[in-house]
Amino acid sequence: MKITDTVVKNIADLTQLTFDKRELASFSTSMSEILELVEQMQQVDTTGVEPMSNPLDATQRLREDVVTEENQRETYQGIAPETEDGIYLVPKVIE
Amino acid sequence: MTMHERSIVQQLDDLHSGKYSAVELTRHYLDRIQRHEALNCYITVLEEKALAGANAADSARAEGQNHLLGGIPIAHKDIFCTEGIKTSAGSKMLDSFIAPYDATVVAKLAAAGVVTLGKTNMDEFAMGSSNETSFYGPVRNPWDTTRVPGGSSGGSAAAVAAGLCSAATGTDTGGSIRQPSAHCGITGLKPTYGRISRWGMIAFASSLDQAGPMARTAEDAALLLQVMSGSDSLDSTSLDEPVPDYRADLTRSLEGLRIGLCEDFFATGLEADSEQVIQEAITVFEQLGAKISRVALPHIAQSIPAYYVIAPAEASANLSRFDGIRFGYRCENPSNLEDLYSRSRSEGFGEEVKRRIMIGAFTLSTGYYDAYYRKAQQIRRLIKIDFQTAFEQVDILLGPTSPQPAFKQGEKTDDQVAMYLQDIYTIAGNLAGLPAMSIPAGFSSKLPVGVQLIGNYMQEGRILNAAHQFQQQTDWHLRSPGAVGAGD
Repeated sequence: MKITDTVVKNIADLTQLTFDKRELASFSTSMSEILELVEQMQQVDTTGVEPMSNPLDATQRLREDVVTEENQRETYQGIAPETEDGIYLVPKVIE
Repeated sequence: MTMHERSIVQQLDDLHSGKYSAVELTRHYLDRIQRHEALNCYITVLEEKALAGANAADSARAEGQNHLLGGIPIAHKDIFCTEGIKTSAGSKMLDSFIAPYDATVVAKLAAAGVVTLGKTNMDEFAMGSSNETSFYGPVRNPWDTTRVPGGSSGGSAAAVAAGLCSAATGTDTGGSIRQPSAHCGITGLKPTYGRISRWGMIAFASSLDQAGPMARTAEDAALLLQVMSGSDSLDSTSLDEPVPDYRADLTRSLEGLRIGLCEDFFATGLEADSEQVIQEAITVFEQLGAKISRVALPHIAQSIPAYYVIAPAEASANLSRFDGIRFGYRCENPSNLEDLYSRSRSEGFGEEVKRRIMIGAFTLSTGYYDAYYRKAQQIRRLIKIDFQTAFEQVDILLGPTSPQPAFKQGEKTDDQVAMYLQDIYTIAGNLAGLPAMSIPAGFSSKLPVGVQLIGNYMQEGRILNAAHQFQQQTDWHLRSPGAVGAGD
């Protein structure tokens, strides 16, 4: 599958990444090559095959619905780029 | 034989008999790390902490406490969270990240008495097969410093090979323990998916990621696996199964062991000298009493295409957490919230990481999900069935770890597909979730070649047994790289 610069730009917007013109061209080339590799899957007939998401087909374990986490706000905010009075700071959202 | 050429089992004997202390052993490694800084194995060296830990280990031993790994200096791949210590995952995004807690693997090894020398270099977010995507620069292969050590656990592999630690932790999503182990001439094991807790291990592709030991011998790997394994309430995908005594099985005879060779593993693409090494390894196993047969894994050729859908898809979801707000890199002077997200991510992630995020987001997007993601998961099922059918006929599978020995730095950086094909023999083990290991089996043009052993689910003991018996008959695992000098 050929990936155009427009598709790359659209996916970049979805993933919150920005590329300049040169990068857009380079990504459309490399992504096209990778998808060409991936296309080989289409040679296999997978009709009726159950998709596998866990190697051991395990399902989520359940536990008692009790509080297990203690509040560690200070520890976790200690590694944030910018906080004030226990809240995370971001640029102004509402004008 | 100098301290760093001793296996962990031998070092434990030496420490016990008082031949040297944990402090002396730790100083020896710290000195070597400094002298071989050019290999770029470590991102962070913890000199003070390591010496304090060694002191504590010596005191504990003097008081009669016998920890399983008391005083053994190891290194952690920089993907494992270490409380109060920088944990970068090889990325600018986490260059200033100080982990607020220990990964379960780190905590378990600490409880067993290890000394932590530092954090090893790696491909950014474990995405790479050469260690060239690291924000901290490439690691050099100690056997030939113009070559790559493999990846993504390249720093760990090179550090073990060069005698800069007794052993190291690694992680393996598509071959990231086994391929660098092969390229650096060491023993590396990726256990069954879920055998070791993933808590505190920075996620790449959650349904494939698995931690494991990287060591000088199979016996050392068994000892480390013993400590690292087990169910963990903090990782709901960890297996709720008892941990067997892996060392108890090592001495078992291989008489009658059924070894299967996958024909596709010996098809085009495998370098002739590497194939010769594998054939000679097969002869050794035959001499040890194993019965060799050929098995078919009809869908194995589809493992790389399926992997390059599943792994990037999971990565794109996992890496969405890096937003420049709660932790990690934040861009300078963002003009608004969108700009903050977008520039923090674009400036914080390297090119290969961005490429995988993009591929993943594309294959998961509306209209493409069935053709790519669902299809890949169906192929994953077929690959698992192939292995299950094979394991009805044989006990373990044997083949190459890598198509050729370590390649030159820069040789494949401009060709992603060529780089991805490096993992052609290792990826299926991750897709199926099977235990697999690489052990040194010989040389091609003076570079180490690894042989890969794949076991059935939870049969880590079986492949470790085969590896250990092989290492009793051969001395490939005892060879030291010339670049750092055997006695140096």
